[in-house]
Amino acid sequence: MQLAVWTYEGPPHVGAMRVATAMDGIHYLLHAPQGDTYADLLFTMIERRGKRPPVTYTTFQARDLGKDTSELFQDAARDSIERFKPDAMLVGASCTAELIQDDPAGLIEKMGLPIPIVPLELPSYQRKESWGASETFYQIVRNLVDKNIRPEPKEGLNGKRRPLVNLLGPTALGFRHRDDVVEITRLLHAMGINVNVTAPLGANMADIQRLGAADFNIVLYPETGEMAADFLKREFGQPKVTTVPIGVNATQDFVREVAALADIDPSPMLAEGQSRMGWWSRSVDSNYLTGKRVFIFGDASHAVAAARVAHEEMGFKVCGLGCYNREYARDIRAAAKLYDVEPLITDDHLAVEKAIEEAHPELVLGTQMERHIAKRCGIGCSVISSPVHVQDFPARYSPHMGFEGANVLFDEWVHPLVMGLEEHLLTMFRDDFEFHDGAGASHLGPGHSAAKAAKTETHSPTANDVQKSADAAPAANPTDGLIMWSADADKELKKIPFFVRGKARRNTETFAAEQGLETIELATLYEAKAHYAR
Amino acid sequence: MNAPLPINGQASGDCAPVLKERGQREVFCGLTGIIWLHRKMQDAFFLVVGSRTCAHLLQSAAGVMIFAEPRFATAIMEERDLAGLADANEELDRIVDQLLERRPEIKSLFLVGSCPSEVIKLDLAKAAQRLGAKHAPLVRVINYSGSGIETTFTQGEDACLASLVPIMPRSAPDAEKSLLLVGSLPDIVEDQFMRLLAELGIRNVASLPERAVADLPAIGSNTHYLLAQPFLGDTGQALDERGAKHISALFPFGVEGTSNWLRAAAAVFDIDPAHVEAVLAPYQLRAEKALAHQREKLAGKSIFFMPDSQLEVPLARFLSRELGMVLTEVGTPYLHRGHLAEELTLLPGHVQLSEGQNVDKQLDRVRAEKPDLTVCGLGLANPLEQEGLSTKWAIELVFSPIHGFDQAGDLAELFARPLRRRDVLRV
Repeated sequence: MQLAVWTYEGPPHVGAMRVATAMDGIHYLLHAPQGDTYADLLFTMIERRGKRPPVTYTTFQARDLGKDTSELFQDAARDSIERFKPDAMLVGASCTAELIQDDPAGLIEKMGLPIPIVPLELPSYQRKESWGASETFYQIVRNLVDKNIRPEPKEGLNGKRRPLVNLLGPTALGFRHRDDVVEITRLLHAMGINVNVTAPLGANMADIQRLGAADFNIVLYPETGEMAADFLKREFGQPKVTTVPIGVNATQDFVREVAALADIDPSPMLAEGQSRMGWWSRSVDSNYLTGKRVFIFGDASHAVAAARVAHEEMGFKVCGLGCYNREYARDIRAAAKLYDVEPLITDDHLAVEKAIEEAHPELVLGTQMERHIAKRCGIGCSVISSPVHVQDFPARYSPHMGFEGANVLFDEWVHPLVMGLEEHLLTMFRDDFEFHDGAGASHLGPGHSAAKAAKTETHSPTANDVQKSADAAPAANPTDGLIMWSADADKELKKIPFFVRGKARRNTETFAAEQGLETIELATLYEAKAHYAR
Repeated sequence: MNAPLPINGQASGDCAPVLKERGQREVFCGLTGIIWLHRKMQDAFFLVVGSRTCAHLLQSAAGVMIFAEPRFATAIMEERDLAGLADANEELDRIVDQLLERRPEIKSLFLVGSCPSEVIKLDLAKAAQRLGAKHAPLVRVINYSGSGIETTFTQGEDACLASLVPIMPRSAPDAEKSLLLVGSLPDIVEDQFMRLLAELGIRNVASLPERAVADLPAIGSNTHYLLAQPFLGDTGQALDERGAKHISALFPFGVEGTSNWLRAAAAVFDIDPAHVEAVLAPYQLRAEKALAHQREKLAGKSIFFMPDSQLEVPLARFLSRELGMVLTEVGTPYLHRGHLAEELTLLPGHVQLSEGQNVDKQLDRVRAEKPDLTVCGLGLANPLEQEGLSTKWAIELVFSPIHGFDQAGDLAELFARPLRRRDVLRV
């Protein structure tokens, strides 16, 4: 057993729902007790879908157990085919149905139904949501693809045809999948490449059948698309592109990889000016971004991609990197080596919270859980990965992939930080009545920073009650006998802008402790500043 | 399956025949009650013994309410726990030790059964005994089931409260007559009721649940209990078994329901009816004023209840009698004839009652009926809105303070808001 207060991933059948809901004409018959229908609200509320997920739950109760759960299942199968008239049906069990061992696949086979059936085996007590989505998509492809369809010859009567690709991996409830697909499709079109099929998002059975017509596959989201891509490689010999095009540099690598497979010239797409991101980052206002400490956590693909952008394109210092999906832990370990940090592979959000507190980041890039953690710690946060909440399905177009995606990343990551110009003003006018500590940054609205600054301090592990009492009664430190702040030093500390004061305090205290000092004098403050200068 | 079936084979005079359906149910399971129960009982921790699905349900239904570490969690069973029950019990003990070490402030621990724990027949009653003995006297360990194969949404609270009844202290046989309010209410509402009951002259009032499990009130043959919620069938039965007496009344929604509920209690305590009316009058007046605003918007509008919380029948009665709404179908997951006896007599004759659910067939009826407002769960609300039908999320009726005189206006407003929004939007 594992004690969980909150989980990054749902059970694997929710992953199957993400695939079924993304597609057209595919119904999912789920052998499940009442209550499992809660999963519908993920799609209708969080993603604001205007249609119910195409899922029929058999809804067995205690009194059905041992009697007629299999009959219930078969009735539900017939009813849903009659009502929804799907082109194909997925059948599987949720965690409870797995235990009663009704064997949905066997039951269905006996019925001789008029449509293709894709049986799913998703072990609920071993696997999780992303794997469930990946496995489901793979089974759909394996069962439904037309093995006789192959790419047209490259040279036809009308000359050379355009290269044709499949985009694999986008699902329902995926973080920015809707817009990433649009952005990458545009990019490919601009390169002279056509998209054969995008799947699962928006695909129907006919689309799945003709996957073999593509020259190669692009795996946008390895977590959900890679198994199917590997199958297509084995079955059709279609190569796969696995560079995740998040950030300017990764998008350029993606362009090169795609161009090589398509046998076209990548240079027009590699020219300056495809994205504003580079200039926005080089322009002087962005100087202040240099060396900002950023902690990154999410699904492995998004986390690794974000780390590269943070390091190469924003000039941040990656101070923590991790993922919750062990299946891709190897990628995180490799990336962590690049940035000289300890990889954090865990699905326990409390461990993530602890790591964040210890790393003292100035920005957190994570999932909705890291947003909550960052809020508690008073640190800015931007969301880069599932799982996400309703506010992460924006009405506007906001991809994370491709050149426009890089622009979006710049905006979204800079927004939670105090702006460069504003930082200067705050320093210049810090004694001004409108710029007092409690006033906060203007773009965050009233009442933001005072509480945040205080919280940052109280949440850091090296900080303790000392700080609260020190703020109330300068230089007095009744609860901690180790390190005292002299009145002068404390007064000087207060002159430091509030948004860096917590760090200054921590650094000074750590420095003093290392030096074996009992009292922090004015000079200690500046010695520590010199010591930590970067 | 579609044919209306009279309950108990005899047509009773109290209401129309009930349509009983089976099929897919679009409802939460009983685990969901933990979301409000853990807020109410502040010394308690709820440990679900279940699967990743259970954990995912709780966080999805609650939204992400993790602003502090919550007092609920899931012991997620894994492959090796299914290998043998001995191992599962050992694992559970380990998890409980780990939890109690981390949260030493916990005084009561609920082990909550789930679908998977029920199916593998993990005996949580025995586990509660074992763990209770181990951690006594610091922590009391109690168990109940919130599984979807046995409970629907608010039945989880019923199961939880029923599990508390056997451990309530016994009151002395000659104890003074006392009143027990049963059903978890938001603190603000509970306090209002306490003040009102005191004004009426009823002393010795306690609640189940109290704000701490440690403060469970005593109970005996001198206890009279008044249900604040309509979904407490098992709790009522457990109280009966302890000798307590049920006060039959309407449920305290709206002016009529709240007045009737308080009058019924006052009658048992032999309070002079003239005094009762004098006390209630200013509250009734205030509530009626608040309702008048909403009545303009709601009168004549039709409403369809999908089954959700078992609050449907009393709410339908309130909407129909005090706000002039037209009831089409009133669906409820479970119809407790006994506790709803007074409510059912007040429903208009034409109303279609339904129990259980076949969600697809019921949605067909919604589409045919085209009600002005459909009360339904979160999984159905946006799809119906997309079809042009206004909806009210049922879950808000469970999470918001809606009982009593001073919430009557708010309760009506919950139904009026979706309609008003529809009127103001030009997009």
